[in-house]
Amino acid sequence: MNNKSLISIWDFSKEEILHVLETAKEFEQNRVQNFLEGKVIASLFFEPSTRTRLSFETAVNRLGAKVIGFSDATNTSQSKGETLKDTIKMVNNYVDMIIMRHPLEGSSRYASEVATVPVVNAGDGANQHPSQTLLDLYSILQTQGTLEGLTINMVGDLKYGRTTHSLLQAMSHFHPKFIFTAPKELAMPQEYKSFLDNKGIEYIETTSLEEHLNDCDILYMTRVQQERFTDPMEYERVKDVYTLDASMLGGVRQNMKILHPLPRVTEINQDVDETPYAYYFKQAENGLYVRMAIISYLLGYR
Amino acid sequence: MNRKELVVSALENGTVLDHIPAENVYKALDILNLKGIESQITIGINLASKLYGKKGIIKIADKFFEDDELNKLALIAPKATVNVIRDFKVVEKKTLVMPKEVIGIAKCRNPKCVTNHQPITTRFATIDNGNEISLLCHFCEKITKTKHVF
Repeated sequence: MNNKSLISIWDFSKEEILHVLETAKEFEQNRVQNFLEGKVIASLFFEPSTRTRLSFETAVNRLGAKVIGFSDATNTSQSKGETLKDTIKMVNNYVDMIIMRHPLEGSSRYASEVATVPVVNAGDGANQHPSQTLLDLYSILQTQGTLEGLTINMVGDLKYGRTTHSLLQAMSHFHPKFIFTAPKELAMPQEYKSFLDNKGIEYIETTSLEEHLNDCDILYMTRVQQERFTDPMEYERVKDVYTLDASMLGGVRQNMKILHPLPRVTEINQDVDETPYAYYFKQAENGLYVRMAIISYLLGYR
Repeated sequence: MNRKELVVSALENGTVLDHIPAENVYKALDILNLKGIESQITIGINLASKLYGKKGIIKIADKFFEDDELNKLALIAPKATVNVIRDFKVVEKKTLVMPKEVIGIAKCRNPKCVTNHQPITTRFATIDNGNEISLLCHFCEKITKTKHVF
């Protein structure tokens, strides 16, 4: 395969990550870019995800390309039993790039090996969602001025939450420290802790949100996602375990920013939105510039 | 080797796989695709071993393996030794090399892995941390210990 795809955050080197973030900065300053005029890009959402799909499709439009695709698989020939391979082969004939989301883990990697055009993974089950990771990095860079040597406090579902796993992997290039705030049932899995041990990166684990709130540069909150649980009792026990409200923010670092991949439910109280620490809505907006940068980089433009 | 043992199992031509963990002998037959071959196979399980306590041994008459084929055995018996016998003599001793990739023979344990839902040949990278071997799925990126796969 000659074409470069973005399936997992490991597909980009540190230099490529920094390059994409730099390009995203240019696009934030000037959203109107039409250099992909004449290109057609497929947006294949085998499971619905309105937020991610709209962000990607807006990025395609802002770059001047056109979008074809579907937003849920019920009306496609997959529902008639067509294999993923055949669907990808067919679409591959029409387009210059494929953006796909699929509930099965590894489906995007497989698609990238079947396709001859670049494939962007917009989420494959609980596995990877690299554009989310890159927009998280962009938000960290924009708010802190650097990615180097920061302390990141990850809160909530660290067991099933793929965004925290990918962010941890991507941040490992930049000498971070981590604080993992999670109930015991949703603690960071051993394989990721071993990964940090091997890299010599420090981390602390706690079950208390208050304990290390004042010691971090980034507070990365996550939702406890009901759809990832196989045991409904486990979900009921942990779903409302952390709620951040404005009164808890008195002693935090002045540069501290709160990120959240959204949607939020109860984990961030609305009164936090008005504080200078809230950054999650801007973070979602950043997704547009980062996705524009990913698409133009993979197509060989910037 | 004492005389009695020779009477039972001396090979004229073939391959002896020694130092297989006793509990993995049946898996070894599987992984080397030995079920259903015509040659005479002698299997020993729970034999005394100074090194491992109990070991297994498999002797296959008139069968000679390619290295690639044989190295799959390293996944479940990394310390196994291989003796190639011709005319009752050991003509070659081989040690196994851990394969970098495992293609087709293992199944991913992740129920949501695409390889368990679509007609796809499985592919894993091997990770050897010194005392245990794990497989990293090329597709879903999940890591499984080999003892759970074979």
